[in-house]
Amino acid sequence: MTGSSDVVAFACLLAGAALCLTAGLGLVRFPDVLSRMHAGTKPQVLGVLLVMVGGAIRLDGWTNVWMLLLVAAFQLLTAPVSAHLISRVAYRRRHVRRDLLLVDEYGGPGRQDARYHGDEPGDAPPEQPAPQPS
Amino acid sequence: MTIVQVALYAMIGGGALLALVRLARGPSLLDRVVATDTLLVIIAAGLAVHAALTQDPTVVPVLVVVALLAFVGSVSVARYVGGMLLRSGTGDGRDLGLPVAAEEREAGS
Repeated sequence: MTGSSDVVAFACLLAGAALCLTAGLGLVRFPDVLSRMHAGTKPQVLGVLLVMVGGAIRLDGWTNVWMLLLVAAFQLLTAPVSAHLISRVAYRRRHVRRDLLLVDEYGGPGRQDARYHGDEPGDAPPEQPAPQPS
Repeated sequence: MTIVQVALYAMIGGGALLALVRLARGPSLLDRVVATDTLLVIIAAGLAVHAALTQDPTVVPVLVVVALLAFVGSVSVARYVGGMLLRSGTGDGRDLGLPVAAEEREAGS
């Protein structure tokens, strides 16, 4: 390995590790589930990609490169699925700070689906709207 | 190069410790799911960093397993919580008997 490729690899590894640290900080400091997911998904995509690129530069052999590429592609495929499921259940179970939401397209007037729509268990009816404080 | 190694391990270890703090404290079940997901990703990143630093590809297949387990765990717990919510509903669509959300419980007490 030459020196310049090592420099690139360590830069990628340092950036990925810094994203891991910021994810931990955001998980501790942010107020509700959705914003904690916003912090926690930073290393899930970009951090893992950077670390995999750094590892693929450092490690020899095409086998390791393909395996790291497999991990990166799998993260890219599965992170939106799990984030979608978790955030939908979090919204339905009122783990979302409504006063921090700027846009709430589920809970606007006329959008409360009192019946059961959808085919997933997470699509169970949302809670009744809270009485507006006057 | 040792400074880079110490910085890498310190940042990844710090992130994992903070995710563990959220896993222990985090008031609701979904907070713990998010913390577990992030913790597994940080563990995968730490294994990759270790493999890259030592140039030893032994732990590279473990990365695939950890990435798979993170997805399966978070999705299964999310669907389990959704099933709890479905069973707690009554016939007319009102969610009678739904436990109070943890944030509201902490805010009330």
